[in-house]
Amino acid sequence: MRRAGEGASGGSRLGAEAVIKVDNLSFRYLGSEDYALKDVSLEVKRGDFVVLAGRSGCGKTTLLRCLNGLIPNFYEGDFSGRVLVCGMDTRETPPHILSQKAGLVFQNPDNQLFALSVEADVAFPLENLGLPREVILERVEWALKLLGIEDLRDRSPFELSGGQKQKVAIASILAMKPDVLLLDEPTSSLDPASAKSLIDSIVELNLREGLTIIISEHRLELLLPHASRLMVMDRGRIVYDSDPRSVLEGGDLLAYGIALPKVSEVARYVNLRGGCLRFEKIPLSVDEFVERVRGVVE
Amino acid sequence: MIAFESVEFVYPSGVKALDGVSLRIGDGEVVALMGENGAGKTTLLKHLNGLLKPTNGRVLVDGVDTRKATVAQLARTVGLVFQNAEDMFFSSSVWEEVAFALRNFGYGERVVERRVDWALKFMELEKYSDASPFMLSGGEKKRLALAVILAWSPKVIALDEPTTGQDQLQKEKLLQMIKLLREQGRTVIISTHDVEFAAQLKPRVILMRRGRIVADGEADEIFLDEELLGSCNLLPPQIVSLTKRLGFLGIEPSLKHPREVADEIIDRLEGLSRKA
Repeated sequence: MRRAGEGASGGSRLGAEAVIKVDNLSFRYLGSEDYALKDVSLEVKRGDFVVLAGRSGCGKTTLLRCLNGLIPNFYEGDFSGRVLVCGMDTRETPPHILSQKAGLVFQNPDNQLFALSVEADVAFPLENLGLPREVILERVEWALKLLGIEDLRDRSPFELSGGQKQKVAIASILAMKPDVLLLDEPTSSLDPASAKSLIDSIVELNLREGLTIIISEHRLELLLPHASRLMVMDRGRIVYDSDPRSVLEGGDLLAYGIALPKVSEVARYVNLRGGCLRFEKIPLSVDEFVERVRGVVE
Repeated sequence: MIAFESVEFVYPSGVKALDGVSLRIGDGEVVALMGENGAGKTTLLKHLNGLLKPTNGRVLVDGVDTRKATVAQLARTVGLVFQNAEDMFFSSSVWEEVAFALRNFGYGERVVERRVDWALKFMELEKYSDASPFMLSGGEKKRLALAVILAWSPKVIALDEPTTGQDQLQKEKLLQMIKLLREQGRTVIISTHDVEFAAQLKPRVILMRRGRIVADGEADEIFLDEELLGSCNLLPPQIVSLTKRLGFLGIEPSLKHPREVADEIIDRLEGLSRKA
């Protein structure tokens, strides 16, 4: 099994099967003058952990909607090019099949939850698929356990905290056993400790289950140490797509609305000043930074 | 000057959202209310312009008891930008949305025009002047809500979670705007759990938990207390986590700028190598 971060030399893993393939995709929403996506091509391999970043309005949400078929099946507009999810063209595949391949978690979990109990919420899409009862029970159990929320099963989703709700929303997607988990700024309404706990869970899903993850986020310091790819978008196009360290070293990310993790920023200043300490590789976490400094001291 | 005197607030559901809050905020202060979701930050902000009135205790805005004033009266002094900005739009165009309150306050059409144009430009929304507010993205709606308030220029500006869904460039812009408002002598009160943003702003920090104020001090002091932050579901800024781990170089934990931290590290390392 592949561990996230191993792709650090080249972003995506060579040889692995492509779960998502996008060819020359352009999309313009009905009634809008500008294209939200302009000639986007990309490939995501099984096990990849992709962080999507860029200014708000750059096309992240639109791209995610294309990857699970919401566009063009639900949102109207001009669509050209092609999106393949597990080899299936999103324009020709019924939503209930597609939703078992690529599941999308929204910013606001309230839009995804509605049942009387957490368990019922997670089971609902499976019941809709007409799966046998024992399969449903087993999958619900598996999904609750993966997110560490077994103890919430009988609670009403409405009495949960934002972070707990978001985990329930993810569990209900996971129970469909998708090949790809898509997340659209899932932590934006959470307090920092809840956000960290959620991101830790997502990282675990990639590490332990090898699940392919594509997540859009503004705050990167919690994600980058684990991501295999950082994809930066600008005005509907992909402008960087590589392992996070190369992207951080290569570009002026602030122009794309991206905050460098503070440790990376300190390392940059250290390198600018020059002297007895130099970071060959820009650190992505406090641990990496401290390790390098200790190496110099010893 | 704003004063909360032993304020309690109980929602009709029975939830006590403020539990004995006493607080003074002077003119020109920049204050960040921080704490986990449900700590009472938004409830406190809604007391500033009288949207909510205390169940017990009282709130004074420039000496006026909010229970004895209407929201419309208080709004001239206190502009509040909601977290769910999209909930408050109702005009057919972005331009009209900003103009509405100004006309309501009785400004002449020429002043309205100048102020609306200025506010939209400042928030980078001028290209959407004729668009429907509902066509905007989440981040743009947020900026529109801010433009609405900035246009009528109240003395106290309260922002509920202003950085949610904003990218780094917009955050820097927001930071500049708050600094500008501070220079103009306005009072700015924000609720946020964006610790990195607050670390850059360096405001007076008021930590809340379960309807109470648990700490009130300068950012430089509160953000160094990991345990205190943790008890409010907050994490320290990364620069604090980093400097805390560099004690072996003789570096003190701090909220310094990354460039200063970099200089400090190199100075210490050079000192060590000279000794050796």
